[in-house]
Parts: sequence; C-alpha cells; structure tokens
Amino acid sequence: MSARFKQLSGHTLFWPLLTLALLLVANGIFNPGFLALQWREGHLYGNLIDIVNRAAPLILVSIGMTLVIAVRGLDISVGAVLAISATVAAWMIGGALVVDHGVTTAVTRLPMPVAIAGALGVALACGLWNGLLVVRAGMQPIIATLILMVAGRGLAQLIGGGQILTIYYPPYFYLGNGFLLGLPFTLFVVAAIYALTHVALNRTALGLFIRAIGVNPVASRVAGIRARLITIGLYMFCALMAGVAGLIVSSNVKSADANNAGQLLELDAILAVTLGGTLLTGGRFSLAGSVVGALIIQTLTSTIYSVGIPPQVNMVVKAMLVFAVMLLQSAEFRTTVRGWLVRTERRA
Amino acid sequence: MSDTAILQASGIGKRYAGVAALHDVQLTLRAGEVHALMGQNGAGKSTLIKVLTGVVAPDDGTIALVGEPIAPRSPADAQRLGISTVYQEVNLCPNLSVAENICAGRFARRRWTRTIHWSRVHEEAAAIMRRLDLDIDVTRSLSSYPVAIQQMVAIARAVSVSARVLILDEPTSSLDEDEVRQLFAVMRTLREQGMAILFVTHFLDQVYAICDRITVLRNGGFVGEYRTSELPQAALISAMVGREFALTGTDRQAVPTGEAAPLLTAQGLGRRGGVWPTDLQIRRGEVLGLGGLLGSGRTELARLLFGLDPADAGVIAIDGDERRWRAPAEAIAHGIALCPEERKTEGIVAELSVRENIVLALQARLGLRRYLSRAQQNEIAQRFVELLGIKTASIETPVGLLSGGNQQKVVLARWLVTEPRLLMLDEPTRGIDIAAKQEIMSEILKLARQGMAVLFISAEIDELVRVCDRIAVMRERRKAGELVGGSSEHAVLDLIAGTA
Ligand SMILES: Nc1ncnc2c1ncn2[C@@H]1O[C@H](COP(=O)(O)OP(=O)(O)OP(=O)(O)O)[C@@H](O)[C@H]1O
Ligand SMILES: [Mg+2]
Repeated sequence: MSARFKQLSGHTLFWPLLTLALLLVANGIFNPGFLALQWREGHLYGNLIDIVNRAAPLILVSIGMTLVIAVRGLDISVGAVLAISATVAAWMIGGALVVDHGVTTAVTRLPMPVAIAGALGVALACGLWNGLLVVRAGMQPIIATLILMVAGRGLAQLIGGGQILTIYYPPYFYLGNGFLLGLPFTLFVVAAIYALTHVALNRTALGLFIRAIGVNPVASRVAGIRARLITIGLYMFCALMAGVAGLIVSSNVKSADANNAGQLLELDAILAVTLGGTLLTGGRFSLAGSVVGALIIQTLTSTIYSVGIPPQVNMVVKAMLVFAVMLLQSAEFRTTVRGWLVRTERRA
Repeated sequence: MSDTAILQASGIGKRYAGVAALHDVQLTLRAGEVHALMGQNGAGKSTLIKVLTGVVAPDDGTIALVGEPIAPRSPADAQRLGISTVYQEVNLCPNLSVAENICAGRFARRRWTRTIHWSRVHEEAAAIMRRLDLDIDVTRSLSSYPVAIQQMVAIARAVSVSARVLILDEPTSSLDEDEVRQLFAVMRTLREQGMAILFVTHFLDQVYAICDRITVLRNGGFVGEYRTSELPQAALISAMVGREFALTGTDRQAVPTGEAAPLLTAQGLGRRGGVWPTDLQIRRGEVLGLGGLLGSGRTELARLLFGLDPADAGVIAIDGDERRWRAPAEAIAHGIALCPEERKTEGIVAELSVRENIVLALQARLGLRRYLSRAQQNEIAQRFVELLGIKTASIETPVGLLSGGNQQKVVLARWLVTEPRLLMLDEPTRGIDIAAKQEIMSEILKLARQGMAVLFISAEIDELVRVCDRIAVMRERRKAGELVGGSSEHAVLDLIAGTA
C-alpha cells in the first residue's frame, strides 16, 4: 500500500465517504437513472436531492447526538422529543380554512412564529430535563433519557388528544416542502445549522472543551472548564435539533402523529454518529462524519425501497448492510483481513 | 548477593515514530539483588520495563531469562515466565474490590462446583495486604481508596505471586515514609529468598538505602552499571544528567510577609467526611507548607479551598471578601490554582496534545468566546516546554504518550500559564527527576518572591522545612498546629505524629 493511500485512509472521513460513494455507485449501476438530476419548473429534481431532503431530520438529530456522545453522553429520547415538538407545533398552529365573503383564508390558533417558538421551547425544556438528570442527579445517560423516551410519547399524545393532528395552514408547509433557489428549503436549514455549529466548535473554545470533557471529565472540571454547564447545554442543543426535525417532519406530512413520528430515530442517529467515526466512549468526534453517516443511512433506506425488498425483511437487510459497513470501517477488522491477504500472498 | 544473572537484556532498541526511546541498552539482574534503574524524566526507564515485560516489542536486542532467550508478548506472558511487574501508572480495575484486584486470575474455587470461594479469596487478599502492614477492608472497591493505597494494592498483587523477577516502576512516588519502610522490609525479605528486583525511583536516598547495583540511562542510551557502594551521589547525578550538576538545594531567603494583608482566609472551613472545621490564612508572597500523613486531610483541605468539593461549614475570604465556590472555575476566576495530586485522573487529558493541555486552564478562565489563536497557543506551549524542560517530540504529541515525569510537568505548566495569585501544589514534583525538581522549585520560589502565594503540600518534610515560610500540619483531618519555616524536622515530625 502506498504511503499516500495510508495517509488518506487515516483521515476520519475517508471510510464514511468511501462507503457512501460505493452505495451511490451500486445504486447507479442497478438503476441507471438513479444519479440523474433534472431541472423542472424551476426546481432541481432527482434521487440524490430526494435523499438529502429526506435525510434532513436525521442529519440534524445526528449533529446534536454527536456532541452529546462526544461528552460521554447519549440521548435516546430524540425520537420522542421530535414527536413532542411536532405535536406542539401542530396543535398551536391548528389551522382552519375560513370562507369570508367568498374568499378562503387560512387562519391559525396562534401565529406561526409563536407556534414555532413554542415547539422549540418545549424541545429545549426536554433537553434541560435530560441534562439535569444526567449532570445533577448523576444518572446514566441511557437511563436518564430513557425516561423521556418512554414518557415523551405519552406527553405528545396528551397534547394531541390522542389523535393525529392535521395542519391546515399552507405557509407552514413551506418549511418541509418549499423550494429556495431551486433547492429544497430543508437543505438551507441543514446547511445553516451545520455551519453555525461548525463555527461554534472551531472559532470558539467549545470544541476544545468538548474534547477535554469527553476524554477526562474530572480533569476538565479541575482545569476550570464548566463541564456540567456545557454538558447540560449540549443535551439542550441535541433536543433543539430534534425539535427542528419535528417541525420539518410535521410540515412535510402536514400533520403530527404522536405515536409514529420519529419512531426509532434515536437508533438511526446513534448509528449515523458511529458510522461517521465518532467514538461512543467520548472525546473524539466528527461533525462532518455524522452528516455523511446520516446520508449513508438514508441512502440505504432509499435503496431498499427502490430495489423493492418487501417491508417485512426491510430491517434485516438494513441490519446486514450496516453490519458490513461497520466491519469495513473497523480498523481491527481491516488489519485482520490484511493479515489474511498477506499470508495467502506469501503462500502463493 | 550472588552473581548468577537471572534476567539479561542486551542491545535493546525501541523507536517511536522515528524517535529513539531506547538505543543499545543493556541490563543484568542477578539473583538476590535490588537493582536501581536510574535516569531523568524521559530517559527510557519505563519503556525498558515495558520491553522486558512484553507490553511493547523491542525493535532490536535480546532478552534472556536464566540463559534462555525469551520474547514475552504480553504482561500475562511475562508473568507466566516469572516476571512480576508494577507499572508506573497503576493499572488495576478501580471498580472491582481490592480482593478481586489482588487475586484476579487465580481465585480460590470451591472443590466440586468450581465456583469462586469468595470468603477464601477475601481472607487471602487480607493476608497479602497484612504482609505490607495494611489492615484495610478488601471487599471495598479499589477506587474508594486514595492513590497511595491503590499503589500498595498493586505492589501487594505483584509480590504475592511467586516470581523470580520483580519489577517496580516508581512504586514509592505516592507513598509516605511509613509505607516506604514497609515496602522495603518486604523487598529485603524477597531479596533474601533470591529474587531479583528492579526498582525505579527518583529518590536518591531510597536508592542508597536498599539498592545493591545501579544501571543508569540517559536519553534512551545506556550509561553504565555500578555498584551502589562505589558510586557516590554526586557521581550518580552527573551520570544521569550528563554533566556536572550540583544539588544546591532550594533554600528560601525568608521574605518578611508578616505585614502583608492576607490573600486568602479560611474560617471554620470543613466538610463532613473530609476535614473538620479549619482556620487557615495565606499571605501574598508567602509559601505555606501543608504537612501530615497520608489521609490526614491535606488534599481534602486544598480541594475545599479550590471549590472542587463543596464545603458544608465555614467561609473563605479573598482579599477580605467572602466567597463561596460552586465549581473550581469560580476559584480560578479569583486567581486560585490547584495542581492536583492525582495526575492521571485529575491532571492530564491524555488524548489532547501537549499544547492543548498547557493552555486548557487559561482558556477555561478566558471563557468560550475569547479563544486563543493557534499562534498564541503555540507560543505559550513552546515557552513552557522550554521553561520546564518538558521532553516531547512536539507540542502536538498527545500528552498520554509522554513519560510520567513529563506529564507532571505539563500539568504544572498548565497552572503556571494562568499566572495565579495563589498556587496550591499537591505533591507537585511527584515523579519528577532530581535535577528538574530543583529547577522547578526554584522557579516557583521565584514567582513567590514576585508576590504569588503558594500552598505547598508535600510528604517530604526536609523539603517543607527548607522552602516554606510557615508550615501547617494536619493530623486526623484537623489542623494540628502551625510552625514557622526553618523549624527542625523533628518539630514537624512530632506535630505530624502527635507526640509533641
Ligand atoms: N507510546 C509512545 N509513543 C511515543 N513516544 C513514546 C511512547 N512511550 C514513550 N515514549 C517516549 O519515550 C521516551 C522515554 O519514555 P519513558 O516513559 O520510558 O521515560 P522514563 O524514563 O520512564 O521517564 P519518567 O521518569 O518521567 O517516568 C519519552 O521521551 C517518551 O515521550
Ligand atoms: Mg517512567
């Protein structure tokens, strides 16, 4: 192996990107139209755009999850928080079509900005709750967030009165379905949040502090880093991301389903973060890696649907693919394989 | 002392990323001897030990055990061959009980069911600990004991297996005199039984107290093997440092600080289970020593002053204003620094670079937004690497890869960078070699002359007496009294032991 390749493959993003590229190429081979992009009615269409668009909620949640995991935490309540945020937004907007003197106008229960702020506020409160349980009560993150994961959906049901809430307010649909400059609006949301997070991590000391806390929380506190405050803040950020994802999802499907919105999202997010090269033990993380990880997962899902695998075996196929991807990305596994290859070469 | 070589290593070489940590090193351990391995921080002592015990594979050289070539692949492998080791970084399982740690891998089992016979395991472990004169509850988790006890547990584990070679890498760095005496008693017994013992320490008096031969390393190279009786202390130091080096001692020219206004005053400061309510006063430019036995409450008092543990009684006043710390960050904001006792758990952030570790406390004090530029970070790190003589390939090397003593210097640098008004040092020179120690102490005393207050915790009474203006002594978690600097060591010892 050349030194160049070694250097390249040592980069955190190398294996996730390679995986994604392989998946896309495989799709392109089996389905020649897959990689094509079209310009229609002033919008860009195509499978690739579709994948990124659909991945938006997962990408956002993965960004939040990355930072929580980086400080040795975990948040398995993101799916429930997404449902809560979606329900709160749907309930606050509500919406009805009113015919007044022959003109139909959409009216809302509360103004849309209030509804959005309300939903995000509730999400932040959820994050604060998680953070306090972990930091103040000293609970294991998985248990602490399990509480909200279980109770959160009940809460969402309560808000929604046990029903799927339908939204009748077209301006709200723009968030999940609109286009800006020919591209889906969600892309801009994701890009903006990613850029802000990136700047916060690299232009302030936040990135340094997060890595320090992840590697050695005790020493970080002794060094004067407000480890507890930062940790609570990151749980809140993660919940906020789930909240934004909830807005996108509810806007996209024009309703909020407390029971099914964001189902199993926590697992996909953890998977995306891991695929992206972030260590679950804390300290080492890659924001870009998590985005690629989320794209890998969405591509997998799309592939499974487009190939026409029956829904019953869907999860099994996904699990097998994930297994293969994780093996490919495991440094130990690659070393072992290299060992086999070298040995066979010698024998030959 | 017989002359049969038990363990013989020759031509040992080991390179890390192109830098030679060891180069053509030889070592001969004979039956029934205690052999000191000496050298400055980063000289390659721990690396040689890791090579001998299969933690890392050497690039060159051979190892022979009683004439047979060996190549241990892991510490367990070395153990099977009869080489028992205590590494510099205690690597036991903190969550397991003391007994589990001591007996791991060789639990007593019930005759028929083959299940672990816990009561027997506990008895055995307690018996092993008693050999080191330690009567502790072996069923409690290891992490519930201070580092010194953990160190003793590691030693107990190593000496309890029947081995031909025992290797101890700085086992005494966190021990008090009494424990050291106990350890030496055990080492002498083992020596009489014909065991070969390799002993690393930075305390010269310990070398002369127990070692028969000395091997000296310098910069990864072999300097020589000597009989202790034929190598005077000055010659040993020159061999380690590579030039004439005079141990001048770091005497303190007493500065009259009696009139200076107190910087920090603690009144009735205490915490249940930590220290009883204690009064303490530190003035600007003063070096206040804090003496006492292990577990006497020295460390606990410093932690209260720093806000690392919340106080449940008493008040702290800085410049006369009452303060209550909720986190160390608040104490740091008022110019207080604490270089903690436990380097590995409370000091270094192993995976971060030397640069990041050095600027960490300063950056934390500056906050999130005033992020030091890369150029500023480099400048600070470079300056302190030079000032304290930190041996590292580059300032981007992860701190965890540095030698123990150099890690300690990094933690010290981190606090000096913040230019504190009160610097609390809990055993700051632990694991630091004798030459570097002298330089570091004189640097700290220089800062004190410029007005920095120092709280200096040390188990070395001669050092306390030499450098401090005042010495407070802790006994059984209370302040037993205060002495002026320059008091006799005897007076301090009496106060520590409560026999005054
Ligand atoms: N895993 C590693 N990777 C890179 N360099 C290493 C590694 N381990 C040790 N070194 C380097 O090898 C040199 C020797 O280190 P070693 O730990 O053997 O020193 P030492 O003599 O035990 O010092 P001390 O008295 O401080 O414990 C050091 O410069 C250290 O930075
Ligand atoms: Mg060492």
